[in-house]
Amino acid sequence: MIKNITIGQYVPGESFVHKLDPRIKIILSLVFIVNLFIIDNFSGYILVILLLAIILATGKLSPKFIYKGLKPVLVLLIITAILNIFTVKRGNLLFELGFLKVYDEGLKQAAFMALRLIFLIAGTSILTLTTSPIELTDGIEKLLKPFEKIGVPAHMIAMMMTIALRFIPTLIDETDKIMKAQMARGADFDSGNIIAKAKSLIPLLVPLFISSFRRADELAMAMEARCYKGGDGRTRMKVLKLNYNDLIAVLFFILLIIATILVNKTNLP
Amino acid sequence: MSIKIENLTHIYMPGTPFEKKALDNVNVEIKDGEFVALIGHTGSGKSTFVQHLNGLLKPSSGRIIINDTCITEGKVKLSEIRKKVGLVFQYPEYQLFEETIEKDISFGPHKLGLSEEEVFSRVRRAMDMVGLNYEKYKDKSPFELSGGQKRRVAIAGVVAMEPEVLILDEPTAGLDPKGRDEILQQIKNLHREYGMTIILVSHSMEDVAKLADRILVMHKGKAILDGEPADVFKESELLESVGLAVPQVTYLIKELRKKGFDLSEDIFTIDQAVEALQKILK
Repeated sequence: MIKNITIGQYVPGESFVHKLDPRIKIILSLVFIVNLFIIDNFSGYILVILLLAIILATGKLSPKFIYKGLKPVLVLLIITAILNIFTVKRGNLLFELGFLKVYDEGLKQAAFMALRLIFLIAGTSILTLTTSPIELTDGIEKLLKPFEKIGVPAHMIAMMMTIALRFIPTLIDETDKIMKAQMARGADFDSGNIIAKAKSLIPLLVPLFISSFRRADELAMAMEARCYKGGDGRTRMKVLKLNYNDLIAVLFFILLIIATILVNKTNLP
Repeated sequence: MSIKIENLTHIYMPGTPFEKKALDNVNVEIKDGEFVALIGHTGSGKSTFVQHLNGLLKPSSGRIIINDTCITEGKVKLSEIRKKVGLVFQYPEYQLFEETIEKDISFGPHKLGLSEEEVFSRVRRAMDMVGLNYEKYKDKSPFELSGGQKRRVAIAGVVAMEPEVLILDEPTAGLDPKGRDEILQQIKNLHREYGMTIILVSHSMEDVAKLADRILVMHKGKAILDGEPADVFKESELLESVGLAVPQVTYLIKELRKKGFDLSEDIFTIDQAVEALQKILK
């Protein structure tokens, strides 16, 4: 029933992209996002499409996963685009409908915003599709380490994220199970008005809350039983190490930025 | 009420790397009033199979016909099917949510759109059927009960819908021996006294041998054995090869037969064994 969530769903693999150091992947994802907002003409996005295609190919990922990640935010995309079309009041007036005026700048802005959001989601879902949650939090912990001096609890943040990520599938399964159990008892989660729908969620949410608390309690107990006492002095089984492939990826992205700046300087549409 | 399952196949998440064939061309017919046990190793497809029987899962291909109505094609009112086929999930106590036991059990009957009096009488009857004293328990919170009692409340929640077919997915998992025996006894009563068709998913050969008229063995999504307990338990090698076993007492009888005791081959319960041994040893 609720199996179509791609964000945060790791597709195991052995490809070049999968094997990159998670720290590098996180930084490059941030660079990718910044790059999306540097671009100021449409030709720049051809580079982005090219880049995504190359990453998908080397990562042996089907574009279907990207599409699946985009589907839930489609509404958001459309709303942003519409807002942009009607609120930007610059450039040449194209046509007006009563109080609604559409300018060519507005259309351009809307298209830019939509493209940026699409690529943003595509890029970040590639990160989560090719990086296991554990690697991801390891990477975040390492990247936050320098900030520990100014009071950022890097280890705790990473541990909380690991636990949260670890329990997403468990909770999805649990939700699915309880939903089915209540449906077998005649519950109906789909029909009725908003109030009826909200009410119909009680038989789902109450058991889910109870079981989450139970699980949290059990997990805390189990961690303490294994002598967990925070991050001080903990060593790790897999120590992150940069290698040749990471260098290639970084160089590739530097090239991308240079190319983007060059394209921005040209007069292409 | 008969259930006919034809060429049932179910594939989870088709077209993704997670694709998994959970059911592979299953053909079974379950007749009115039967007590069928469904056994199989973890991941053999038992749970997937039973979820098809009341329309919670849709088959990837194949048909399910309940009382001449095909529930897998065209528009069928699922509420009608769920009224007839009740399903008790594994660890059903995790689905309890109401403040009082009475309210929780009446959730299902209310959803069927019954009158207040009818709901009231069904709740009383259901609590009676699972061995919970109505006056004593009706106003208690389900969360202050013991594990075994919680489970009974949850089973009562489905029984109160008075289905003709009751499916129970491992109803005794995680209970102590006493709680297990009580639940099994009540399931037996539901079959004997109220004439419900029962489908019991179980791991325990002992329980199955004691209760079922018919055993269906699943392995890797296929129904590999189907028949009376006596016939199914004769295939001890096949059962062992798919990670199952025959009841412990059957192994004992086998050893005794090897040592020259004159015992029948089809002894599957402790009661039968005691009786047969007493006869010989007299």
